[in-house]
Amino acid sequence: MRKYNKLIFELSKPGRTAYRLPENDVEEIAVEELIPAEYLNDDELDLPEVSEVDIIRHYTNLSNKNFGVDTGFYPLGSCTMKYNPKVNEDMAGLEGFVNIHPLQPEETVQGALRLMYELDQALCEIAGMDKMTLQPAAGAHGELTGLTLIKAYHENRGDTNRTKIIIPDSAHGTNPATAIMAGFDTIEIKSTEEGIVDIESLKAALSDEVAGLMLTNPNTLGLFEKNIREMADLVHECGGLLYYDGANANAILGKARPGDMGFDVVHFNIHKTFSTPHGGGGPGSGPVGVKDILLDFLPTPTVEKDGDRYYLDYDRPKSVGRMKDFHGHFNVLVKAYTYILTMGRDGLERASEWAVLNANYLAHKLKDHYNVQEDAIFKHEFVLAGLKDALSEVTTLDVAKRLLDYGYHPPTVYFPLIVNEAIMPEPTETESVETLEEFAEALIKIAEEAKEDPEILKEAPHETPVRRVNETQAARNPILKYEG
Amino acid sequence: MYPYIPNTKEDEQRMLETIGFDSIDDLFSDIPEDLVLDRELDLKPSMSELEVANYITKLSKENTTINDLTCFLGAGAYDHYIPSIIGHILSRSEFYTSYTPYQAEMSQGTLQYIFEYQSLICKLTGMDVSNASLYDGGTAVAEAAFMASNITRKDEIVVSKTVNPQSREVLKTYAHLQGIKVIEVEDNGGVTDLDKLKANVSDKTAAVIVQNPNFFGIIEDIEAIEEIAHSQRRTLLIASVDPISLGILKTPASLGVDIVVGEGQALGMPLNFGGPYLGFIATNKSHMRRLPGRIVGQTIDAEENRAFVLTLQAREQHIRREKATSNICSNQGMLTLAAAVYFVTLGKKGLREVSLQATQKAHYAMNKITESGNYKPLFDKPFFKEFAITSSIDADEINGKLLEEKILGGYPLGEKYPQYENGILYAVTEKRSKDEIDRLSSVLEGMI
Amino acid sequence: MKVVKGLYYTEDHEWLKVDGDEAYIGLSDYAQDALGDIVYVDLPEEDDEFDKEEGFAAVESVKAAADVYMPVGGTITAINEDLFDNPELLNEDPYENWIVKIDIADKDELDELMTSEEYEKFLDEEV
Repeated sequence: MRKYNKLIFELSKPGRTAYRLPENDVEEIAVEELIPAEYLNDDELDLPEVSEVDIIRHYTNLSNKNFGVDTGFYPLGSCTMKYNPKVNEDMAGLEGFVNIHPLQPEETVQGALRLMYELDQALCEIAGMDKMTLQPAAGAHGELTGLTLIKAYHENRGDTNRTKIIIPDSAHGTNPATAIMAGFDTIEIKSTEEGIVDIESLKAALSDEVAGLMLTNPNTLGLFEKNIREMADLVHECGGLLYYDGANANAILGKARPGDMGFDVVHFNIHKTFSTPHGGGGPGSGPVGVKDILLDFLPTPTVEKDGDRYYLDYDRPKSVGRMKDFHGHFNVLVKAYTYILTMGRDGLERASEWAVLNANYLAHKLKDHYNVQEDAIFKHEFVLAGLKDALSEVTTLDVAKRLLDYGYHPPTVYFPLIVNEAIMPEPTETESVETLEEFAEALIKIAEEAKEDPEILKEAPHETPVRRVNETQAARNPILKYEG
Repeated sequence: MYPYIPNTKEDEQRMLETIGFDSIDDLFSDIPEDLVLDRELDLKPSMSELEVANYITKLSKENTTINDLTCFLGAGAYDHYIPSIIGHILSRSEFYTSYTPYQAEMSQGTLQYIFEYQSLICKLTGMDVSNASLYDGGTAVAEAAFMASNITRKDEIVVSKTVNPQSREVLKTYAHLQGIKVIEVEDNGGVTDLDKLKANVSDKTAAVIVQNPNFFGIIEDIEAIEEIAHSQRRTLLIASVDPISLGILKTPASLGVDIVVGEGQALGMPLNFGGPYLGFIATNKSHMRRLPGRIVGQTIDAEENRAFVLTLQAREQHIRREKATSNICSNQGMLTLAAAVYFVTLGKKGLREVSLQATQKAHYAMNKITESGNYKPLFDKPFFKEFAITSSIDADEINGKLLEEKILGGYPLGEKYPQYENGILYAVTEKRSKDEIDRLSSVLEGMI
Repeated sequence: MKVVKGLYYTEDHEWLKVDGDEAYIGLSDYAQDALGDIVYVDLPEEDDEFDKEEGFAAVESVKAAADVYMPVGGTITAINEDLFDNPELLNEDPYENWIVKIDIADKDELDELMTSEEYEKFLDEEV
């Protein structure tokens, strides 16, 4: 097929159009008589003029230069790129959900409120928490909401000295960024050789200045933090609270619950664990669940039930206020609830079982060619410390780029930071054993290529719509918009 | 059986044997016993697609939609026409089942549409640089305030009360986290009180935040506000704008705005009970490295062909961690595609026509409703597609009556603005017909 | 890695070259190599004051970012404006291309820094 390489602006031709509005049926008064000329723009808009056919072909061609879960295996660690069920899209597209205004009277949106209330309850049961807010827009926004609640809790007790958040060195980058954004300082604690939190390092970090600990469990190495109870007790004893980063929750559905582990506040990444599409970057959704001690501080409004009636509760005097406009990413929430009902209590547990079995199976297949942690039971993901006995000039980046030629989206690379040359696959439960085996074969073949013909890796990818992209030039001479 | 889990019982046996485990339970033996949930989750058992679809569809039918009603409600979310083409493009799963384009070579589709989106936002606002989206209009205001505070190293934000109350609530929640003081300036007859604004802007002011058209639909005197904001060294002017209004109004860049933000829902996104929508943010080149979130840049590949890639990533959480400009990771990717397709579908003439028709229909509605004198304009300032009306009748009573007549009434101002107790804010988009407006007016007259 | 004699060094890989009461500060060869292609340098403003070990600038490569810390306390008297447009100068010749010039607040603090010999040993043993 011919390579398509046009910008929409380059298709523009004066006089072309892709829209038609009805004739204006009210009396037409010149805009200058309605709005003072000093406020009006005299210039024509600098937007392209294209036909509907131009637009459809343009974006269809662009979509052909993309790769999604529907295209192929996408084992991007810590992102849980599971299959996005199509019925979810249909349900979220129902007229009764799509075309309701967020400020409509409550009696006209009972179905929407009921869905939110039932989802709230289901997520609480899965997390072992008491109440959710569905407002947060994404995982990082859930983190910010959670730390906002922790801050409010301490402030409400007059305990204003708690300015620090403890974060393990294996944490997602959003954790420290969130802590700073929420006005805290961070204390980084170390991991053990084994890859879990070093309890001694945690103990040394504890003081009456600690507001809380942020932790993901299983952690980013795919290991279950087995000392979590002891850690929770230590943090609680010193007056801090525990925040659960739910990015890795796909490993433990129905098996263990953050609430039972001692966490006080939790977020879920709906777009990871509950199968909603990642949308080329978003929208996600990051509901936050809390134990009763934080209930009063939840953002307004919460969704409540009174008899048969569902309503939005704005009357929450101790609330931290609003975290975003309106009620969260409702359309994403519909998809998540559809998924939870489809899978049910049995299917969610089965999903975690398969996510874990798939991860361990893939790790096993790769252990002769890549550095895999010995004798570990992984949960939903694992981390390879690069190639075994590779030539020094061949990096993880080269392996990842070569994977593109084999038709796979590479795993997450260079994360977590504590592992050299890290490659982090997360297969998820929606992949078949055949897919895992073919993927392992590709990675093994690449390991062989790395020894025999390293240039083929260094110059990869070869088969993609564009060859290796020059990131240095992009950053040194930023071109951030079309100048034409 | 579960349609989304392809492996079989036999696969399970073979895989367990291969890795040397007896059972799946053994794979969870690393979870301490006292933490293992010793019961099933208290949820319903799994269901067939048909059963789930029936149930969810039933819930959807318990809602009354804007197709059942005639919508005059706005206040931050608008019933503009959404061209059919947008849904079709967004439904391409090569787009929607991908994630953040970390691997540029197999994500050129996503990267290019974001680059085009950034370009379109810049063309519309006149600014130099746009990011690849924020969550919504409210969080965009808050992120802009943080950005201004970082740039200026000052910690007071002066915000006009004519900014959407919801955005101000988000701003206050965020500002409290970093000890930033938020000073609210009262309105005077529906616009920012310039004297009060002047009195509150000082050398401590990181930014002045206004909305244009403001929450009441009125066009603010941005030139005068700009002069006040920039009377202090380094103080920035942040404006939250309705992108549709830029079909006819002067660009924020030409008015001296430093950071432009706004809610992009009007750009081809359904109401969806409040989300997901699209927050946009754009600024001048001098501040580009302080922008939060992803940014796509143009570059070349190894064969010197044009290519696109995420850039200026050192600002971001996955590289900078504690020092990042924001914690944002997942953004509103799909919605930037909706906005981009909306812009190019309407194009040079169409966006202006939407803007003009909304203006003319809103003014027709205002005149029609106030014709008899029973309802009065709350303000007498130039407005765009929203306007406030007052009367002796309680706003909730009016809206209740309208709902009986299948009309979704305007936004009651009394709760957020007690001084405008019976005020109602009506929104009129290009979708409203003369007949619909006349019917609104006659139902209102019938209540007298 | 190249280490230039006659300069002071820190464990964070900054170098400092004394010039009367003033000093030039830059990044060592080791630091630029570890960062990779430098794409941007975030510089302070003249007259900004910083304490010893306080971050005064940031250096960004495509996939990393590092703060640059003051080897000794002082006031910025000049910034290397060439770095705005040509950040790669720090890769090309890290010792020729200084980042800032400062007025040293307390010369006694120089005694706490490493000599070139000590820094070479530090690189061998610690890094």
